[in-house]
Amino acid sequence: MFDRYMICENTVRNVPREGKVVGFEFGARIAYYRGLGLSMVEDLAVTVDGEKIPRDRVRFSVGGRSFTLEEMETQYEDRWEFGEVATITVLKEKGLPPGEHTLELVEQLRVSYMPFPIQGRDTKKVVAGP
Amino acid sequence: MIAASQIKPGVSLYSYQEEYFLRKMSLEDCIAAAARCGAYGIESIAEQMMPGFPNLPDSFYDRWHEWMAKYGTVPTCHDAMLDTKKYKGRLLTDEECMVEFERDLRHAAKLGCKVVRVLCMVSPEIVAQAVPIAEKYDVKMGIEVHAPYHFDHPWIMRHLETAQRLGTRHYGLVPDMGIFTKRLPRVARDRMERLGATPRILDYVCEAYEAGVLSEYVIFETKKMGGNALDVAWAEQCRHSVYSPPKRLTEYMPFIFHIHAKFYEMLEDGTEYSIPYDKIIPALEAGRYDGYLSSEYEGNRHIQDAHAVDSVEQVRRQHAMFRRLGCGVRGQ
Repeated sequence: MFDRYMICENTVRNVPREGKVVGFEFGARIAYYRGLGLSMVEDLAVTVDGEKIPRDRVRFSVGGRSFTLEEMETQYEDRWEFGEVATITVLKEKGLPPGEHTLELVEQLRVSYMPFPIQGRDTKKVVAGP
Repeated sequence: MIAASQIKPGVSLYSYQEEYFLRKMSLEDCIAAAARCGAYGIESIAEQMMPGFPNLPDSFYDRWHEWMAKYGTVPTCHDAMLDTKKYKGRLLTDEECMVEFERDLRHAAKLGCKVVRVLCMVSPEIVAQAVPIAEKYDVKMGIEVHAPYHFDHPWIMRHLETAQRLGTRHYGLVPDMGIFTKRLPRVARDRMERLGATPRILDYVCEAYEAGVLSEYVIFETKKMGGNALDVAWAEQCRHSVYSPPKRLTEYMPFIFHIHAKFYEMLEDGTEYSIPYDKIIPALEAGRYDGYLSSEYEGNRHIQDAHAVDSVEQVRRQHAMFRRLGCGVRGQ
């Protein structure tokens, strides 16, 4: 229902660490009409130019705290609030090279009243900014 | 002579989700927008517009009450969620559910709400267990009767039987007017077309739904017509939609605590495309309904890819329609 707003425009940038680019990050919003505790965010699947990023290469930061997707499974207090821009970091050597890339995010959310997890999907053409 | 309407105008802030999500409106802006169109009853979803819930400080509640005074608004209903799937691989136990009910009923009481909306999937057994908590806070629990449920659905009938058996004033219903969807939303149909569905099949499904054709036939026919995945998905929408008789509102009036005035598209002429409020309001008046008609705009998700969303204008039009249909405004 908020799929088209999941990947925030103009937030994509490479992440330098000790003089090397270790990945890239972007702002992301929840594809649902309310916030959720992180334990109910089952998956954040990132694909770049058709290449699926392994789950253990994805980090999620919200409210000043950072988690692996596995760690999120047992976070019962921290929440991803409605409309809040979280940061998704993808650990990928050299990050995003200059030029346009196709970035896809699929959020899988475990919602009590749905028989199956709900999914939100957003695909955008992005360029890594400074 | 017909007595003056006692129906009260309200808004679920759910209606303004698009603007809030994009940070074009704050919680206070949403309350102010509702007040501006005369809809003074405020329904809220804590997990949508009250970040930090369930750990809200007293200062939040103080500010909430200041807003209510400032805008002349009244808290009506808190929409509880009950995340039974909080833990991976298992559902909440009954005891854990009661902790959540306590949390939500206490929050509703602190807001000043008289009603908590309970999701329709919550079982009668669980709601029955929560009755003493609701009585303690004097907040009524209303099961949301949301499509494809309707008053005569066996699950809702079990809720009604349980509420009757317990004889409590704190267990009833919050019907969502989406159970009176006479026509599938045009805004949803048009979005399917933009995504790549076949116009003539979309139209067939709309006509078949309105004619009351059983969903299974519509889905089968759509496949026979060579429908693509989107066409079939649209046909399957018939399964999730329902047109039930508005007179049920009159018949079940003693159990109706609050109403979600669902709508998808208010037209320029002041009518709603899918839901016949001109049949709903007389049914409410016949039962002397004196609770809130709480706007629940849900068209944004169908138009946001192609059109500007103006939830404030949509809600304003809905309340203009309610007044035209004779609903009371404060002071009348």
